[in-house]
Amino acid sequence: MAALKRSAQTVVQAARSDKKITTQALLAGLFPDLMELFGDRLSGDDPALRGGIATFGHQPVTVLSTDKGSDLESKIATHFGSPTPTGYRKALRLMEQAAKFNRPIISLINTPGAYPGQSAEEQGQGAAIAADLLKASQLPVPMISLIFGEGGSGGALALACGDRVWMLQNSFYAILSPEGFASILWKDAKKSGQAAKVMQLLPEQLLAQGIIEKIVPEKQPATLIETLREQLLAEIARLQQLTPTELLVQRQARFRKF
Amino acid sequence: MRLFNKRHYIHLPAAPAELKQRQSQVPDGLWQRCPYCHESVYYRDLGAFKVCPNCQYGFRLTAQQRLDQLTHQFQPWDTGLTAQDPLHFPGYQTKLAQVQHKTGLQESVVTGKARLGHYPVALGVMDTHFFMGSLGSATGEKITRLFEKATAQRLPVILLTASGGARMQEGIHSLMQMAKVSQAVAAHHAAGLLYIVVLTDPTTGGVTASFAMEGDLILAEPHALVGFAGQRVVAQTTQQPLPSDFQRAETVLQTGFIDRIVPRPQLAQTLRQLLAWHQPKVGE
Ligand SMILES: [Zn+2]
Repeated sequence: MAALKRSAQTVVQAARSDKKITTQALLAGLFPDLMELFGDRLSGDDPALRGGIATFGHQPVTVLSTDKGSDLESKIATHFGSPTPTGYRKALRLMEQAAKFNRPIISLINTPGAYPGQSAEEQGQGAAIAADLLKASQLPVPMISLIFGEGGSGGALALACGDRVWMLQNSFYAILSPEGFASILWKDAKKSGQAAKVMQLLPEQLLAQGIIEKIVPEKQPATLIETLREQLLAEIARLQQLTPTELLVQRQARFRKF
Repeated sequence: MRLFNKRHYIHLPAAPAELKQRQSQVPDGLWQRCPYCHESVYYRDLGAFKVCPNCQYGFRLTAQQRLDQLTHQFQPWDTGLTAQDPLHFPGYQTKLAQVQHKTGLQESVVTGKARLGHYPVALGVMDTHFFMGSLGSATGEKITRLFEKATAQRLPVILLTASGGARMQEGIHSLMQMAKVSQAVAAHHAAGLLYIVVLTDPTTGGVTASFAMEGDLILAEPHALVGFAGQRVVAQTTQQPLPSDFQRAETVLQTGFIDRIVPRPQLAQTLRQLLAWHQPKVGE
């Protein structure tokens, strides 16, 4: 992959592009029999964080995915892909369910971050994400995450605390948006290009630092889905060779090194 | 003042006498404006606990001042752990050296083994004077080790949080600390041990979205700012003025995320009582 020379700004733009493969396309391609499940069993359902059960290879898996929506109405309903506490609690519920029934978890991530609205704060956005981090560290089933567009901060991390984190070639994973970073550090959101550069948010940079395990080349949707299916199946099979204890020890080591 | 009696006290390294003196000086003269109620307060009226007599808001303290108020026995852990520069971020090392010199701290948290009354605890105190208490790699490492040592020694953990959020200069490595610390908290929980969080002003961002919200008991100081997203970002998102007590401890308690608000002068006694109620039974 002749990727090292590309500019961070270009990749950020590509990750956010309208041409980026959508959640809908990924779910339909990878999990044609996905049975979507709704609600956090507390207060509601958040369309920005979808989940359910699907057949994958020879077994059922639990699927979690952020969703940016496809038309104006759904984009507004999903806050442009920014989950609310309700979404993170739905993820928690489905993670617990997966653990109980020994289902591997696959999470698909494309979010600018957790929704920063007044209601989200009042409903405990911090506590909801914290609960996911705490739970993910103890899940006795394999969990693989794919960041396929934006990997925005704690809102992405909440779904990427498992055994493997992969990224599509045109995606990024960062502590904050380059705009937010520039405005906090340099009081100038227009310096986002410069911010993207110093933040080292490119997949190849994150791979080199051990933050992620794999970069998946971006191709035509059908080819991409085939590649992803093969690689995910192989990796789940590898992780399922481990006992739950071995799995948790490895997962702990994965984050302990930072 | 008995509270500040240092005879049985182990000093933190790199905190010279001159530094302590500087920290105890009133920066803005004899009158200070309360950041919460905006009343002007004569510095003596703040008292030993540095609390606004008008509204009970606790002025921001250094980690050292916190320790002085809570314990007379403190054995620091991992004092040699200092901030790393994983991204080789322009200007970060220089800024770090300046802040380390100014505060006498190596990182934004002080951790160690303390005694509160009769009870040994693993104690951590974050300090906003060091990069706004932001979550650097060494901050996360010290807190992780605090939990790991507490689990190994079967100690409860008390953590006083204060943080502006992520350490921008460490990028994604700051984010990884949220997961790393959470794993150590989970192991401590799994061992059946007590974890008490004390939210102090301000506790925000990645700290709120991880270990600050993972306690068995979550206490807060009056009017402490507690939230995930910054207020400016929330106001931009909402496009309307925020309520006056938005993200203040009293509001966060009402919405269900804080167990109890404890005025600073009662904090030590409250913690001792909670520790007493969670002592292992004889034979355990
Ligand atoms: Zn006041």
